[in-house]
Amino acid sequence: MSNNFNPSIVGFFCNWCTYLAADLAGTSRMKYAPNVRVVRTMCSGRVDPQMILWAFRHGADGVLIGGCHPGDCHYQEGNYKALRRSKLLRKMLPQFGIEPERLRLEWISASEGERLRDVVNEFTAEIRHLGPLHKKQAAPQMAVAA
Amino acid sequence: MAKPKVAFYWCARCGGCEESVVDLAEGVLKVVEAVDIVFWPVALDFKRSDVEAMADGEIAVAFINGAIRNSEQEAMAKLLRKKAGLVIAYGACAYQGGIPGLANLTDKEAILQYVYQQSPSTSNGNGTRPQPHLKVPEGDLELPEFYEAVKTLDQVIDVDYYLPGCPPTAKITFQAIEAILSGKLPEKGAVLAGDRALCYECDLNSTKPEKLLVTDLKRPHQVIIDREKCLLAQGILCLGPVTRGGCEAQCVKGGMPCTGCFGPLGRVRDYGGKALSAIASIVDSTDEKVVAKVFEALPDPAGTFYRYSVPASLLAGKRKAA
Ligand code: SF4
Ligand code: SF4
Ligand code: FES
Repeated sequence: MSNNFNPSIVGFFCNWCTYLAADLAGTSRMKYAPNVRVVRTMCSGRVDPQMILWAFRHGADGVLIGGCHPGDCHYQEGNYKALRRSKLLRKMLPQFGIEPERLRLEWISASEGERLRDVVNEFTAEIRHLGPLHKKQAAPQMAVAA
Repeated sequence: MAKPKVAFYWCARCGGCEESVVDLAEGVLKVVEAVDIVFWPVALDFKRSDVEAMADGEIAVAFINGAIRNSEQEAMAKLLRKKAGLVIAYGACAYQGGIPGLANLTDKEAILQYVYQQSPSTSNGNGTRPQPHLKVPEGDLELPEFYEAVKTLDQVIDVDYYLPGCPPTAKITFQAIEAILSGKLPEKGAVLAGDRALCYECDLNSTKPEKLLVTDLKRPHQVIIDREKCLLAQGILCLGPVTRGGCEAQCVKGGMPCTGCFGPLGRVRDYGGKALSAIASIVDSTDEKVVAKVFEALPDPAGTFYRYSVPASLLAGKRKAA
Protein backbone atom coordinates (compact mmCIF):
# COMPACT_ATOMS: atom_id res chain seq x y z
CA MET A 1 0.00 0.00 0.00
CA SER A 2 2.71 2.47 0.91
CA ASN A 3 4.44 1.95 -2.45
CA ASN A 4 1.80 3.72 -4.50
CA PHE A 5 1.29 6.33 -1.81
CA ASN A 6 2.23 9.74 -3.13
CA PRO A 7 3.23 11.88 -0.17
CA SER A 8 2.45 15.57 0.05
CA ILE A 9 5.49 17.38 1.34
CA VAL A 10 5.75 21.06 2.10
CA GLY A 11 9.19 22.57 1.65
CA PHE A 12 10.09 25.87 3.29
CA PHE A 13 13.20 26.94 1.39
CA CYS A 14 15.37 29.89 2.28
CA ASN A 15 15.58 32.53 -0.42
CA TRP A 16 19.37 32.76 -0.25
CA CYS A 17 20.38 29.14 -0.47
CA THR A 18 18.03 26.17 -0.70
CA TYR A 19 15.60 28.00 -2.96
CA LEU A 20 18.47 28.84 -5.31
CA ALA A 21 19.65 25.25 -5.12
CA ALA A 22 16.19 24.19 -6.27
CA ASP A 23 16.47 26.71 -9.09
CA LEU A 24 19.83 25.31 -10.05
CA ALA A 25 18.51 21.76 -9.98
CA GLY A 26 15.75 22.92 -12.30
CA THR A 27 17.94 24.76 -14.79
CA SER A 28 20.35 21.81 -14.77
CA ARG A 29 17.37 19.62 -15.69
CA MET A 30 17.91 17.25 -12.82
CA LYS A 31 15.12 14.78 -12.30
CA TYR A 32 13.80 14.25 -8.81
CA ALA A 33 10.66 13.41 -6.89
CA PRO A 34 7.86 15.92 -7.58
CA ASN A 35 6.34 15.65 -4.11
CA VAL A 36 7.66 18.81 -2.50
CA ARG A 37 5.53 21.95 -2.75
CA VAL A 38 7.99 24.74 -2.17
CA VAL A 39 7.28 27.85 -0.14
CA ARG A 40 10.02 30.45 -0.41
CA THR A 41 10.87 32.17 2.84
CA MET A 42 13.46 34.88 3.43
CA CYS A 43 15.32 32.74 5.94
CA SER A 44 14.86 29.38 7.63
CA GLY A 45 14.54 31.41 10.82
CA ARG A 46 11.38 32.93 9.37
CA VAL A 47 9.61 29.58 9.53
CA ASP A 48 7.35 29.98 12.53
CA PRO A 49 6.52 26.58 14.08
CA GLN A 50 2.89 27.52 13.52
CA MET A 51 3.54 27.29 9.77
CA ILE A 52 4.85 23.75 10.20
CA LEU A 53 1.91 22.73 12.38
CA TRP A 54 -0.44 24.36 9.90
CA ALA A 55 1.05 22.25 7.11
CA PHE A 56 0.64 19.07 9.13
CA ARG A 57 -2.93 19.97 9.98
CA HIS A 58 -3.88 20.74 6.42
CA GLY A 59 -2.61 17.67 4.66
CA ALA A 60 1.19 17.54 4.65
CA ASP A 61 2.73 14.13 5.27
CA GLY A 62 6.14 15.69 5.75
CA VAL A 63 7.76 19.09 6.10
CA LEU A 64 11.24 19.88 4.80
CA ILE A 65 13.01 23.06 5.84
CA GLY A 66 16.04 24.14 3.85
CA GLY A 67 18.43 26.76 5.15
CA CYS A 68 21.93 28.12 4.71
CA HIS A 69 24.87 26.21 6.18
CA PRO A 70 25.93 27.13 9.73
CA GLY A 71 27.76 30.44 9.61
CA ASP A 72 26.25 31.35 6.22
CA CYS A 73 22.81 32.63 7.17
CA HIS A 74 22.11 35.93 5.49
CA TYR A 75 20.66 37.18 8.77
CA GLN A 76 23.44 35.58 10.79
CA GLU A 77 21.48 33.53 13.31
CA GLY A 78 18.22 32.58 11.64
CA ASN A 79 19.33 29.08 10.77
CA TYR A 80 20.36 28.40 14.37
CA LYS A 81 16.90 29.46 15.48
CA ALA A 82 15.46 27.08 12.93
CA LEU A 83 17.72 24.36 14.30
CA ARG A 84 16.57 24.85 17.88
CA ARG A 85 12.91 25.10 16.94
CA SER A 86 12.95 21.98 14.84
CA LYS A 87 14.78 20.08 17.58
CA LEU A 88 12.12 21.01 20.08
CA LEU A 89 9.30 20.39 17.62
CA ARG A 90 10.70 16.96 16.80
CA LYS A 91 10.67 16.20 20.48
CA MET A 92 7.05 17.29 20.76
CA LEU A 93 5.49 15.88 17.59
CA PRO A 94 5.29 12.29 18.87
CA GLN A 95 3.07 13.52 21.69
CA PHE A 96 0.60 14.42 18.93
CA GLY A 97 1.07 11.06 17.24
CA ILE A 98 3.35 12.42 14.50
CA GLU A 99 6.68 10.70 13.84
CA PRO A 100 9.57 13.14 14.32
CA GLU A 101 11.05 11.97 11.00
CA ARG A 102 8.25 13.78 9.21
CA LEU A 103 10.00 17.06 9.99
CA ARG A 104 13.42 17.53 8.54
CA LEU A 105 15.86 20.42 8.50
CA GLU A 106 18.72 20.47 6.00
CA TRP A 107 21.45 22.94 5.13
CA ILE A 108 21.67 23.25 1.35
CA SER A 109 23.64 26.07 -0.25
CA ALA A 110 22.87 27.79 -3.54
CA SER A 111 25.45 25.72 -5.40
CA GLU A 112 24.27 22.36 -4.09
CA GLY A 113 21.69 21.43 -6.70
CA GLU A 114 22.63 17.80 -6.56
CA ARG A 115 22.39 17.71 -2.84
CA LEU A 116 18.93 19.22 -3.06
CA ARG A 117 17.92 16.49 -5.50
CA ASP A 118 19.28 13.79 -3.19
CA VAL A 119 17.68 15.22 -0.06
CA VAL A 120 14.28 15.55 -1.73
CA ASN A 121 14.48 12.02 -3.13
CA GLU A 122 15.59 10.59 0.16
CA PHE A 123 13.01 12.44 2.22
CA THR A 124 10.21 11.51 -0.19
CA ALA A 125 11.24 7.87 0.07
CA GLU A 126 11.31 8.08 3.84
CA ILE A 127 7.85 9.63 4.04
CA ARG A 128 6.53 7.09 1.55
CA HIS A 129 7.88 4.41 3.83
CA LEU A 130 6.23 6.01 6.88
CA GLY A 131 2.92 6.15 5.04
CA PRO A 132 0.21 8.78 5.02
CA LEU A 133 -0.29 10.99 8.05
CA HIS A 134 -3.89 11.71 7.20
CA LYS A 135 -6.67 9.20 7.14
CA LYS A 136 -8.38 10.66 4.10
CA GLN A 137 -5.60 9.59 1.81
CA ALA A 138 -5.54 6.08 3.14
CA ALA A 139 -9.25 5.51 2.69
CA PRO A 140 -9.53 5.41 -1.12
CA GLN A 141 -6.53 3.12 -1.32
CA MET A 142 -8.14 0.74 1.12
CA ALA A 143 -11.31 0.87 -0.90
CA VAL A 144 -9.35 -0.18 -3.99
CA ALA A 145 -7.82 -3.06 -2.11
CA ALA A 146 -11.20 -4.29 -0.86
CA MET B 1 -37.37 47.85 33.47
CA ALA B 2 -36.87 44.14 33.98
CA LYS B 3 -33.39 43.13 35.02
CA PRO B 4 -31.36 41.26 32.42
CA LYS B 5 -31.41 37.51 32.96
CA VAL B 6 -28.11 35.77 33.44
CA ALA B 7 -27.20 32.08 33.45
CA PHE B 8 -24.03 30.31 34.56
CA TYR B 9 -23.21 26.79 33.51
CA TRP B 10 -20.32 24.36 33.91
CA CYS B 11 -19.07 21.72 31.52
CA ALA B 12 -15.75 19.77 31.82
CA ARG B 13 -14.06 21.84 34.53
CA CYS B 14 -12.55 21.73 38.01
CA GLY B 15 -14.96 24.12 39.73
CA GLY B 16 -12.41 26.93 39.96
CA CYS B 17 -14.40 29.09 37.57
CA GLU B 18 -17.45 28.81 39.79
CA GLU B 19 -15.22 29.66 42.70
CA SER B 20 -13.97 32.73 40.86
CA VAL B 21 -17.53 34.02 40.54
CA VAL B 22 -18.00 33.55 44.28
CA ASP B 23 -14.62 35.29 44.72
CA LEU B 24 -16.14 38.46 43.37
CA ALA B 25 -16.98 38.74 47.09
CA GLU B 26 -19.08 41.78 48.05
CA GLY B 27 -18.80 42.87 44.46
CA VAL B 28 -21.02 39.98 43.51
CA LEU B 29 -23.88 41.65 45.39
CA LYS B 30 -23.75 44.60 43.05
CA VAL B 31 -24.00 42.20 40.17
CA VAL B 32 -26.82 40.27 41.78
CA GLU B 33 -28.67 43.54 42.24
CA ALA B 34 -28.29 44.48 38.63
CA VAL B 35 -29.23 41.14 37.11
CA ASP B 36 -31.60 38.27 37.61
CA ILE B 37 -29.73 34.96 37.87
CA VAL B 38 -32.05 32.39 36.34
CA PHE B 39 -29.76 29.36 36.20
CA TRP B 40 -26.63 28.46 38.18
CA PRO B 41 -26.37 24.78 39.11
CA VAL B 42 -23.57 25.23 41.64
CA ALA B 43 -25.55 27.71 43.75
CA LEU B 44 -29.23 27.82 42.84
CA ASP B 45 -31.81 25.13 42.46
CA PHE B 46 -33.05 25.73 38.94
CA LYS B 47 -33.34 22.78 36.61
CA ARG B 48 -32.70 22.18 32.97
CA SER B 49 -36.47 22.09 32.44
CA ASP B 50 -36.65 25.67 33.74
CA VAL B 51 -34.27 26.72 31.01
CA GLU B 52 -36.16 24.68 28.42
CA ALA B 53 -39.35 26.49 29.39
CA MET B 54 -37.85 29.90 28.59
CA ALA B 55 -38.37 31.69 25.31
CA ASP B 56 -35.51 31.75 22.81
CA GLY B 57 -33.21 34.66 23.54
CA GLU B 58 -34.88 35.31 26.89
CA ILE B 59 -31.61 35.03 28.79
CA ALA B 60 -29.48 38.11 28.17
CA VAL B 61 -26.16 36.40 28.73
CA ALA B 62 -24.96 32.89 29.52
CA PHE B 63 -21.51 32.37 31.03
CA ILE B 64 -20.37 28.86 30.21
CA ASN B 65 -17.22 27.47 31.76
CA GLY B 66 -15.53 24.14 31.11
CA ALA B 67 -14.64 22.25 27.97
CA ILE B 68 -16.92 19.84 26.08
CA ARG B 69 -16.10 16.28 27.05
CA ASN B 70 -19.47 14.55 26.71
CA SER B 71 -22.81 14.70 24.97
CA GLU B 72 -24.68 16.20 27.91
CA GLN B 73 -22.36 19.19 28.00
CA GLU B 74 -22.81 19.71 24.29
CA ALA B 75 -26.60 19.50 24.63
CA MET B 76 -26.62 22.01 27.50
CA ALA B 77 -24.35 24.38 25.58
CA LYS B 78 -26.71 24.18 22.60
CA LEU B 79 -29.74 24.76 24.79
CA LEU B 80 -28.17 27.82 26.40
CA ARG B 81 -27.10 29.11 23.00
CA LYS B 82 -30.71 29.03 21.90
CA LYS B 83 -32.01 30.72 25.01
CA ALA B 84 -29.32 33.38 25.41
CA GLY B 85 -28.61 36.54 23.46
CA LEU B 86 -24.93 36.43 24.35
CA VAL B 87 -22.77 33.43 25.16
CA ILE B 88 -19.49 34.02 26.94
CA ALA B 89 -16.87 31.29 27.05
CA TYR B 90 -15.74 31.74 30.63
CA GLY B 91 -12.26 30.56 31.52
CA ALA B 92 -9.43 28.67 29.84
CA CYS B 93 -11.33 25.38 29.41
CA ALA B 94 -14.29 26.83 27.55
CA TYR B 95 -11.98 29.11 25.60
CA GLN B 96 -9.11 26.80 24.56
CA GLY B 97 -9.81 23.43 26.16
CA GLY B 98 -7.88 24.00 29.37
CA ILE B 99 -6.52 21.27 31.60
CA PRO B 100 -9.22 18.73 30.63
CA GLY B 101 -8.08 19.27 27.05
CA LEU B 102 -4.74 17.63 27.84
CA ALA B 103 -6.68 14.37 27.58
CA ASN B 104 -6.48 14.84 23.80
CA LEU B 105 -2.84 13.78 24.02
CA THR B 106 -4.13 10.29 24.76
CA ASP B 107 -7.36 8.64 23.59
CA LYS B 108 -10.71 7.57 24.89
CA GLU B 109 -9.89 3.88 25.09
CA ALA B 110 -6.68 4.51 27.04
CA ILE B 111 -8.56 6.75 29.48
CA LEU B 112 -11.34 4.22 30.07
CA GLN B 113 -8.80 1.41 30.40
CA TYR B 114 -6.90 3.28 33.04
CA VAL B 115 -9.84 4.60 35.00
CA TYR B 116 -11.96 1.44 34.97
CA GLN B 117 -9.25 -1.21 34.93
CA GLN B 118 -5.65 -0.30 35.56
CA SER B 119 -5.56 2.38 38.20
CA PRO B 120 -4.19 1.02 41.50
CA SER B 121 -7.32 1.85 43.43
CA THR B 122 -9.67 0.14 40.98
CA SER B 123 -11.19 -3.25 41.64
CA ASN B 124 -13.32 -4.18 38.66
CA GLY B 125 -12.93 -7.91 38.03
CA ASN B 126 -15.67 -8.05 35.42
CA GLY B 127 -14.23 -5.14 33.48
CA THR B 128 -17.51 -3.26 33.78
CA ARG B 129 -17.61 -0.05 31.77
CA PRO B 130 -20.20 2.70 31.85
CA GLN B 131 -22.68 2.32 28.99
CA PRO B 132 -24.64 5.13 27.34
CA HIS B 133 -27.80 3.01 27.55
CA LEU B 134 -28.87 0.30 29.96
CA LYS B 135 -32.16 -1.49 30.38
CA VAL B 136 -33.08 -2.45 33.93
CA PRO B 137 -36.43 -3.66 35.27
CA GLU B 138 -37.18 -0.15 36.49
CA GLY B 139 -36.75 1.30 33.02
CA ASP B 140 -34.13 2.60 30.59
CA LEU B 141 -31.08 4.29 32.05
CA GLU B 142 -28.98 6.74 30.15
CA LEU B 143 -25.53 8.20 30.64
CA PRO B 144 -23.96 10.95 28.56
CA GLU B 145 -21.67 9.72 25.82
CA PHE B 146 -17.99 10.21 26.61
CA TYR B 147 -16.48 11.73 23.47
CA GLU B 148 -13.34 10.64 21.63
CA ALA B 149 -11.82 14.06 22.23
CA VAL B 150 -12.29 17.19 24.28
CA LYS B 151 -13.59 20.22 22.41
CA THR B 152 -13.60 23.91 23.09
CA LEU B 153 -16.96 25.61 23.53
CA ASP B 154 -16.73 27.31 20.14
CA GLN B 155 -16.18 23.95 18.47
CA VAL B 156 -19.79 23.06 19.35
CA ILE B 157 -21.65 26.40 19.47
CA ASP B 158 -21.23 29.96 18.32
CA VAL B 159 -19.51 32.00 21.04
CA ASP B 160 -19.82 35.78 21.33
CA TYR B 161 -16.96 36.61 23.71
CA TYR B 162 -14.18 34.92 25.61
CA LEU B 163 -12.95 35.49 29.13
CA PRO B 164 -9.52 33.92 29.47
CA GLY B 165 -7.83 32.61 32.59
CA CYS B 166 -7.63 29.57 34.80
CA PRO B 167 -9.81 30.99 36.24
CA PRO B 168 -10.57 34.51 34.98
CA THR B 169 -9.64 37.13 37.55
CA ALA B 170 -12.27 39.14 39.41
CA LYS B 171 -11.06 42.25 37.64
CA ILE B 172 -11.62 41.06 34.08
CA THR B 173 -14.89 39.43 35.08
CA PHE B 174 -16.18 42.72 36.51
CA GLN B 175 -15.00 44.60 33.46
CA ALA B 176 -16.85 42.15 31.25
CA ILE B 177 -20.05 42.37 33.28
CA GLU B 178 -19.87 46.16 33.22
CA ALA B 179 -19.32 46.16 29.49
CA ILE B 180 -22.32 43.89 29.02
CA LEU B 181 -24.59 45.90 31.31
CA SER B 182 -23.64 49.16 29.65
CA GLY B 183 -23.81 47.70 26.16
CA LYS B 184 -20.23 48.79 25.46
CA LEU B 185 -18.98 45.58 23.99
CA PRO B 186 -16.19 45.22 21.46
CA GLU B 187 -16.53 43.38 18.18
CA LYS B 188 -17.98 39.92 18.39
CA GLY B 189 -15.43 37.19 18.99
CA ALA B 190 -13.18 39.38 21.10
CA VAL B 191 -11.24 38.10 24.08
CA LEU B 192 -12.24 40.36 26.96
CA ALA B 193 -8.77 41.16 28.30
CA GLY B 194 -5.97 43.31 26.94
CA ASP B 195 -4.04 42.50 23.80
CA ARG B 196 -0.56 43.07 25.14
CA ALA B 197 1.84 40.44 26.36
CA LEU B 198 1.81 39.70 30.06
CA CYS B 199 5.39 40.98 30.48
CA TYR B 200 4.09 44.53 30.05
CA GLU B 201 2.19 44.26 33.31
CA CYS B 202 4.85 42.35 35.19
CA ASP B 203 6.80 44.17 37.92
CA LEU B 204 9.95 42.33 36.84
CA ASN B 205 9.82 43.44 33.23
CA SER B 206 12.35 46.23 33.86
CA THR B 207 14.89 43.56 34.84
CA LYS B 208 14.38 41.61 31.63
CA PRO B 209 17.40 42.14 29.38
CA GLU B 210 16.83 43.62 25.93
CA LYS B 211 18.29 40.52 24.30
CA LEU B 212 17.25 37.70 26.53
CA LEU B 213 19.38 34.56 26.21
CA VAL B 214 19.57 31.55 28.47
CA THR B 215 22.09 28.76 28.65
CA ASP B 216 19.99 26.48 30.71
CA LEU B 217 16.30 25.96 31.48
CA LYS B 218 15.11 25.24 34.98
CA ARG B 219 11.87 24.16 36.53
CA PRO B 220 10.67 26.12 39.56
CA HIS B 221 11.32 23.34 42.07
CA GLN B 222 14.95 23.03 41.01
CA VAL B 223 16.10 26.48 42.01
CA ILE B 224 15.78 29.14 44.62
CA ILE B 225 13.99 31.83 42.68
CA ASP B 226 15.31 35.36 42.82
CA ARG B 227 12.08 37.31 43.29
CA GLU B 228 13.64 40.55 42.09
CA LYS B 229 14.68 39.40 38.65
CA CYS B 230 12.74 38.40 35.52
CA LEU B 231 12.13 34.68 35.89
CA LEU B 232 12.83 33.90 32.28
CA ALA B 233 16.18 35.66 32.51
CA GLN B 234 16.95 33.23 35.33
CA GLY B 235 16.22 30.35 32.98
CA ILE B 236 12.89 29.57 34.62
CA LEU B 237 10.32 28.79 32.00
CA CYS B 238 8.01 31.80 32.19
CA LEU B 239 5.58 32.14 29.28
CA GLY B 240 4.82 35.81 29.93
CA PRO B 241 6.24 37.00 26.60
CA VAL B 242 3.69 34.98 24.58
CA THR B 243 0.72 35.13 26.93
CA ARG B 244 -2.11 37.65 26.83
CA GLY B 245 -1.97 40.08 29.70
CA GLY B 246 -4.88 40.85 31.98
CA CYS B 247 -4.06 39.00 35.20
CA GLU B 248 -1.39 41.54 36.25
CA ALA B 249 1.17 38.74 36.43
CA GLN B 250 -0.30 37.28 39.55
CA CYS B 251 1.68 34.03 39.33
CA VAL B 252 4.97 35.91 39.05
CA LYS B 253 3.93 38.04 42.02
CA GLY B 254 3.45 34.80 43.90
CA GLY B 255 6.89 33.57 42.89
CA MET B 256 5.81 31.21 40.12
CA PRO B 257 6.36 31.49 36.38
CA CYS B 258 3.46 32.10 34.02
CA THR B 259 2.19 28.86 32.48
CA GLY B 260 0.02 30.64 29.94
CA CYS B 261 -3.55 30.36 31.20
CA PHE B 262 -4.67 33.60 29.53
CA GLY B 263 -3.85 32.07 26.17
CA PRO B 264 -2.47 33.58 22.99
CA LEU B 265 -2.31 37.17 21.85
CA GLY B 266 -4.71 38.28 19.14
CA ARG B 267 -2.62 37.52 16.10
CA VAL B 268 -1.47 34.11 17.22
CA ARG B 269 -3.33 31.07 15.91
CA ASP B 270 -1.59 28.39 17.97
CA TYR B 271 -0.45 29.27 21.45
CA GLY B 272 1.86 26.31 21.95
CA GLY B 273 3.59 26.75 18.61
CA LYS B 274 4.29 30.35 19.50
CA ALA B 275 5.47 29.48 23.01
CA LEU B 276 7.75 26.72 21.73
CA SER B 277 9.18 29.12 19.20
CA ALA B 278 9.86 31.80 21.79
CA ILE B 279 11.62 29.44 24.16
CA ALA B 280 13.67 27.76 21.43
CA SER B 281 14.72 31.18 20.18
CA ILE B 282 16.31 32.34 23.43
CA VAL B 283 18.49 29.29 24.03
CA ASP B 284 22.02 30.59 23.67
CA SER B 285 23.74 27.88 21.72
CA THR B 286 24.42 26.96 18.13
CA ASP B 287 25.63 23.51 18.99
CA GLU B 288 23.13 20.74 18.37
CA LYS B 289 24.30 18.64 21.30
CA VAL B 290 24.20 21.50 23.76
CA VAL B 291 20.72 22.46 22.55
CA ALA B 292 19.49 18.88 23.01
CA LYS B 293 20.91 18.93 26.52
CA VAL B 294 19.13 22.19 27.38
CA PHE B 295 15.86 20.71 26.11
CA GLU B 296 16.23 17.81 28.51
CA ALA B 297 14.68 20.21 31.01
CA LEU B 298 11.51 19.94 28.91
CA PRO B 299 10.46 16.29 29.20
CA ASP B 300 6.87 17.13 28.23
CA PRO B 301 6.88 19.90 25.62
CA ALA B 302 3.22 19.43 24.62
CA GLY B 303 2.07 19.64 28.22
CA THR B 304 4.31 22.62 28.86
CA PHE B 305 3.43 24.72 25.84
CA TYR B 306 -0.18 23.62 25.39
CA ARG B 307 -1.14 23.25 29.02
CA TYR B 308 -4.41 25.09 28.44
CA SER B 309 -4.90 24.81 24.71
CA VAL B 310 -4.55 21.35 23.15
CA PRO B 311 -8.13 21.23 21.74
CA ALA B 312 -7.79 24.72 20.25
CA SER B 313 -4.37 23.99 18.76
CA LEU B 314 -3.68 23.33 15.10
CA LEU B 315 -3.11 19.65 15.76
CA ALA B 316 -5.99 19.51 18.30
CA GLY B 317 -4.71 16.30 19.82
CA LYS B 318 -3.05 13.02 19.13
CA ARG B 319 -3.50 11.68 15.62
CA LYS B 320 -4.91 8.24 15.17
CA ALA B 321 -2.71 6.01 13.04
CA ALA B 322 -3.74 6.57 9.43
S1 SF4 C 1 9.12 36.67 31.35
FE1 SF4 C 1 7.82 36.35 33.16
S2 SF4 C 1 9.00 37.20 34.88
FE2 SF4 C 1 9.94 38.00 33.00
S3 SF4 C 1 8.90 39.95 32.65
FE3 SF4 C 1 7.74 38.43 31.51
S4 SF4 C 1 6.09 37.78 32.88
FE4 SF4 C 1 7.65 38.84 34.13
S1 SF4 D 1 0.61 34.66 35.30
FE1 SF4 D 1 0.12 33.39 33.51
S2 SF4 D 1 -0.59 31.42 34.37
FE2 SF4 D 1 -0.65 32.97 36.04
S3 SF4 D 1 -2.78 33.77 35.98
FE3 SF4 D 1 -1.52 35.13 34.70
S4 SF4 D 1 -1.74 34.30 32.62
FE4 SF4 D 1 -2.42 32.71 34.03
S1 FES E 1 19.19 33.36 5.16
FE1 FES E 1 19.25 31.24 4.64
S2 FES E 1 18.88 30.35 6.58
FE2 FES E 1 18.91 32.47 7.11
